Amino acid sequence: MGKTLFDKIWDSHVVEKIEDGPSVLYIDRHFIHEVTSPQAFKGIEKRGLSLFRPKQTIATADHNVPTLNQHLPIKDQLSKMQVDQLIENCEKHGVELYGLGHPYQGIVHVIGPELGITQPGMTIVCGDSHTSTHGAFGTIAFGIGTSEVEMVFASQCVLQTKPKTMRINIEGALQPGVVSKDIILYIIAKISASGATGYFVEYAGSTIRSLSMEARMTICNMSIEMGARGGMIAPDQVTYDYVKGRVYAPKGLEWEKRLSEWKELYSDADAVFDVELYIDASAIEPMITYGTNPGLGIPVQAKIPLVDAIANEGERKNVAQALRYMDLQSGASLLGMPIQHVFIGSCTNSRIEDLRLVANLVKGRKKHDSVKVMIVPGSQQVAKQVHVEGLDKIFTEAGFQIRQAGCSACLGMNEDKVPAGEYCISTSNRNFEGRQGAGARTLLASPLTAAAAAITGVVTDVRELIS
Amino acid sequence: MQALKEIHSSFVPLPVENVDTDQIIPARFLKATTRDGFGKNLFRDWRYENDDEAKPKADFVLNQPNFSGSILVAGKNFGCGSSREHAAWSLLDYGFKAVVSSFFADIFKNNALNNGVLPVIVSEPFLQKIFSLDSADRLRIDVAAQTITIEKTAEQEFFELNPYKKTCLLNGYDDIDFLISRKSAIEQFELAKV
Repeated sequence: MGKTLFDKIWDSHVVEKIEDGPSVLYIDRHFIHEVTSPQAFKGIEKRGLSLFRPKQTIATADHNVPTLNQHLPIKDQLSKMQVDQLIENCEKHGVELYGLGHPYQGIVHVIGPELGITQPGMTIVCGDSHTSTHGAFGTIAFGIGTSEVEMVFASQCVLQTKPKTMRINIEGALQPGVVSKDIILYIIAKISASGATGYFVEYAGSTIRSLSMEARMTICNMSIEMGARGGMIAPDQVTYDYVKGRVYAPKGLEWEKRLSEWKELYSDADAVFDVELYIDASAIEPMITYGTNPGLGIPVQAKIPLVDAIANEGERKNVAQALRYMDLQSGASLLGMPIQHVFIGSCTNSRIEDLRLVANLVKGRKKHDSVKVMIVPGSQQVAKQVHVEGLDKIFTEAGFQIRQAGCSACLGMNEDKVPAGEYCISTSNRNFEGRQGAGARTLLASPLTAAAAAITGVVTDVRELIS
Repeated sequence: MQALKEIHSSFVPLPVENVDTDQIIPARFLKATTRDGFGKNLFRDWRYENDDEAKPKADFVLNQPNFSGSILVAGKNFGCGSSREHAAWSLLDYGFKAVVSSFFADIFKNNALNNGVLPVIVSEPFLQKIFSLDSADRLRIDVAAQTITIEKTAEQEFFELNPYKKTCLLNGYDDIDFLISRKSAIEQFELAKV
């Protein structure tokens, strides 16, 4: 029997398998940030250890940083202490840090690929659930807790039980106005927020092959939102072309050697998955969420499901509670509903292609008076590129505010928050209660759908604005 | 990590599905650099009106004095979302030693086990049976036998627990000690890989 892509990478990284237990899995690259690493540094210091392989860990500050005036000291004292602690820990333990002010600083899942640190065939972990993003390069990449961060510090390994495998095959051409964010929102709405728990997902099919690396990253990024341990896509020419020439990419003979290894990274024709799903890409429409988990999504033209028609009691209660929190009506349409905020950013959709999509749509248009629009590039390098291409001018003329790189309003931790009771169309990944600030109401959508709402001030089918 | 052998306690019912880690501990409380003191902010926005400790929400279970104990019982897909281990630290700091549900999110389950908080997976009917009990009823969780028992009715269910993790829990061992002990195997693996 053939091997899946997942099996090939997993098997080549197992140091040993504990009898009746997990495997010792070797980790090639470890990303850290200020929020989930301080207790792990304290942990190894308490044990009197130094980092086992400090050169395989890369740090940045992203979650708890302001996205305005990054050259000034951080105002919030607790945030400042946490960011300072990261600087101190990285210095002490010999970890490369791309902190505030560094030209490589940015959201950890944006900078890893952009710097060429993320390469096919690797195992990658980070104390952040959206580490699944890196799977777009054909890696086993997953989020870990702080105790596991400490394990990687101490041994460059984690203990992991091998997950089951799922392949999601997506075939066909996308409709105009439909982008990769819509694909993943569609899949999660179909299989639910827990539909892939216990599985590692491979995305495959002609639709996936036709996507750019950045579009693929958006899909893998949200694998965790259906409970998956991670998501991955087999590398191909698109992948090699993206990696080649980047700061950390292999060069010369080393490139040739790696490339020949990467070409073996695919699921064999006779590989067997525990579950296979098939999606017709042409059936996907622009998507939007109405509830408080990413599985509660609908095509923007559709109506919110009728609560009473949901057969399962637990699910019915869940949706009813979500609609109460969101102050939305069962059976209603979202189209035309006023929104107050638009957030374009996060590790899901803050890369240059996302911002180009938005700029193309808003060029020559202005935002609606009643909406506040934030554009938060995923990294300093993305911000620089925005300027080089003149997109900043388009955004400024449209009345959008461009901020500096960071996780920003995705998680309600730093200064960027949505006020209680107000609606935000967000290109981020989570619509949980309070996720963008206590009482904030989040509608997840693609950068195109978010940009359309910025212009009209209401939930809009972006296809009406593109002809 | 403290060893965990048996829990005999009343329980706190939270019959809500898809409880995500942003609810367990909102992101604005993740600015600490130690593992301590998260319990007071456990379920912060479900617990208090307008983030005000002087205004507890009467309908939230942690504010109902008749419910107490070291076992939290919650609806399916508990702990989904963010990988923040702070969720497990909050539960532990508040006084919970086990969470019972019919389904757990993967990362939360690992984080809980790494902190000696036991995730107990029961069938949906058994979970509903627990939700229908009185607040004074007690549960007994036996780690070695991998069983959870409703004391009043003696109804019992076996739960899955990885044998390696079970040994860790029963003895208070942690994974980091184990991995450090495997250092030479890891170094050999590195040499072979290049």
